[in-house]
Amino acid sequence: MFELNVNGQSHQVDVPADMPVLWVLRDVLGMTGTKFGCGIAQCGACTVHADGDAVRSCLLTVADAVGRQITTIEAIGGTPEGARVQKAWLDLEVVQCGYCQSGQIMSAAALLKRAPKPTDTDIDDAMSGNICRCGTYVRIRQAIHAAAEA
Amino acid sequence: MTYMAPTRRNFLKVGAALGGGLIVGLRMPGNARAEAAEANAPFAPNAFIRITPDGKITFIMSHTEVGQGIYTSASMLLAEELEVGLDQIEVEPAPPNVALYIDPNLGEQATGGSTSTIAGWGPLRIAGATARTMLVQAAAQKWRVDPATCVAARGVVRRGANGGGLTYGQLATAAAALPVPKDVALKPPSAFTLIGTPQKRLDTPGKVNGSLQFGMDVQIPGMKIGTVAACPVRGGTLRQIDEEAARAVPGVIDVVKLDDAVAVIGDHYWAAITGLRAAAAQWHDGPHGGVSTAGIIDALKQASDSDGFTALKRGDPHAAIAGAAKSLEAVYELPFLSHAPMEPINTTLHVRPDGADLWVGTQVPPRAQAAVAKNTGLKPEQVTVHNQYMGGAFGRRLDVDSIEQAARIAKNLSYPVKLIWSREEDITQDLLRPYYYDRVAAGLDADGKIVGWTHRTTCSWVMARWAPPGMKEGGKLDPDTVEGAMETPYDFPAQLNQTVRSEPDGVITAWWRGVGPTHNIFVVEGFVDELAAEAGIDPVDFRRRLAARNPRALGVLNLAAEKSGWGRKLPKGTGRGVSLQFAFNSYVATVLEVSVSDRGEVALHQAHVAADVGPVVNPDTLRAQLQGGLIFGLSMAMFNEITHANGRVLQSNFHDYRVLRMNEAPDVTVHIVDNPTAPIGGVGEAGTASASAALANAIFAASGRRLRRIPFATGQLAETGRS
Repeated sequence: MFELNVNGQSHQVDVPADMPVLWVLRDVLGMTGTKFGCGIAQCGACTVHADGDAVRSCLLTVADAVGRQITTIEAIGGTPEGARVQKAWLDLEVVQCGYCQSGQIMSAAALLKRAPKPTDTDIDDAMSGNICRCGTYVRIRQAIHAAAEA
Repeated sequence: MTYMAPTRRNFLKVGAALGGGLIVGLRMPGNARAEAAEANAPFAPNAFIRITPDGKITFIMSHTEVGQGIYTSASMLLAEELEVGLDQIEVEPAPPNVALYIDPNLGEQATGGSTSTIAGWGPLRIAGATARTMLVQAAAQKWRVDPATCVAARGVVRRGANGGGLTYGQLATAAAALPVPKDVALKPPSAFTLIGTPQKRLDTPGKVNGSLQFGMDVQIPGMKIGTVAACPVRGGTLRQIDEEAARAVPGVIDVVKLDDAVAVIGDHYWAAITGLRAAAAQWHDGPHGGVSTAGIIDALKQASDSDGFTALKRGDPHAAIAGAAKSLEAVYELPFLSHAPMEPINTTLHVRPDGADLWVGTQVPPRAQAAVAKNTGLKPEQVTVHNQYMGGAFGRRLDVDSIEQAARIAKNLSYPVKLIWSREEDITQDLLRPYYYDRVAAGLDADGKIVGWTHRTTCSWVMARWAPPGMKEGGKLDPDTVEGAMETPYDFPAQLNQTVRSEPDGVITAWWRGVGPTHNIFVVEGFVDELAAEAGIDPVDFRRRLAARNPRALGVLNLAAEKSGWGRKLPKGTGRGVSLQFAFNSYVATVLEVSVSDRGEVALHQAHVAADVGPVVNPDTLRAQLQGGLIFGLSMAMFNEITHANGRVLQSNFHDYRVLRMNEAPDVTVHIVDNPTAPIGGVGEAGTASASAALANAIFAASGRRLRRIPFATGQLAETGRS
């Protein structure tokens, strides 16, 4: 049994210690906003925040997540950066299929928390772990700048 | 992949037939009376609109949403004529029903080939106008006034512009009792208030807060989660598994063995995948255990010595080339490709003795329904399809192999099961875009004018497998293999197009974003660029001469050249490449600027894409599709190839099947040519189709190196560096 704190709520989960947080969220807690894309931290679709840092939940085990504050796409709108990012995403119509965008938004929100006025290089560094198969990168970059200006 | 040559006449003919057929055929008089007799009957004058007396307006989407924005564009067409706002409607996916929801360009209820907006352009506006006409008539009858004195706007019919009004919901029951008019007038483009304006997409709010449900996110009471390993060699079979070890994994519930695959089902994916690994499946390779990429290419090369089927012959191109001042020939090669949509393959299925429910994102709902029926013994009408939003498709979800497999597994289980393929399974078990081996030749006269052109492609014929009725010339031609090669923007005085069918051992081929044009435009535009260089003429000027009698092609070419600063000097090692195309009934020109380092590394700087698609429905979606489609194509041209050894696919995940990342993607600016009276074109694949040639030509401009084999960034340039 592990105690997992997700979006400010504590959950007792009876799962194997090596089970990634991604699957605890999706298949145990029923929170499906965090996506499965690759399982090996290559695509970033599963990005969540652990104590405010963007991490890939497909490799973060539940045992390692104990004691850390996990934030997911379902709650990121409750943070100032997350809300600004979500609004910019809609204002600029970033999204196409949308499957990667939970992860993109989580990475972008973490970036803005760390660097409120990111340069293009900051954006490259923070966002290059998040693949978008639809190729929305042009608008993601614009939207991060827009969110930073908001 | 279109069944019909994209000529204006065909579109008009099909549009009229479909519109008329739907509106006349959908509502049998008997049904109409029966429905009207019921109190609170919904008003559904055609298959696309349903208005209930409580005021709820639902648009039924015949095409599926894979990220291209069709739910919004289709809704704009309906709403424009129905006179409602996009904020007043809800959308739902159409059920499988080929009679109602056929895409006439594809010959079935399917989403692909950049045909959705083309298919909907006429019929959806007619559907909206028909419903609005009936609602207005219902109001006029209540008020005993001339319908011409009534005005419909935002879901309300008013007596005159400022008179009292009745909502569509209030009018629904009365409207449902009226006969469906046969002819309705459509707005002239000058009266459009939605079409042509940038509209917010309907599906995006739920995609930025995690609430929108993709197929992967389906949750059904009692549902378990499984994962699958199929034989890594096509045609092989399961030899043995360690079932005991699989079942010993905590959370594992069931193990299902098929002839060619094994599934492990558990309380969650982690139990299932851990159990699957523990099962350590071993395989009989079967007849294709020796398949290798080199062997497949050798077979294609050999086959390319035959003439194949002659799809087009104009003049005597061989004689023209033989007699030309200069002649050139080349081989272009495009690799097998996986689709790798962000959402891995998944299927949720509940099979019961008397029926089944299927939750899946599919581009072909009737095929999905039939796949479950065929593999469970149920009748198609006993299979309910709950179509889901798709996390990308790119042609992958035009096939139902994974749904067939899911049905074979789920029929052994008493509970609903969500079967998820790992990314490794998604890539290694994908149905692949064919390998293309293309031979081209051309002759130039002393003025640098092309006098003869020959193009022979050798490849698998996807149409022959996927939709034999789509074959042409009595089954002797897969038209997709020459789409984008036969109809170029240019006038070649003598031209030969041939296609040789050569099916690879142990590989099943499938549609892939951009289909025929993604293949052929790389070859045509790459080779045109070679000829320009041979003639010593600027690549844009060379194309201007070739397309001199094609004003729409010239329009996009000149616009892209102007906006990109074509001709302005660039630093050493930097270059611009141009590509011009007519595909999906749209004209697109792309200028891409890249640099090539001394070590052969390619950096993508920026692209300008000019498009003339005829009427534009949602200009923001048009821009998004061209931006994203180009980047999708650039990922492919830079990095992507599927290779085989010992019958097995060698790539497995995004580390070895690369996708452009934020730090590698170019800036892309889209420029739209206003052309509202031209036939409407498709745009979902146009950017992808333009990518490879623009990149090859830019690399040539930057480095002097001519690349004819995709992918480019896997050593070809590094092998010898810049020349």
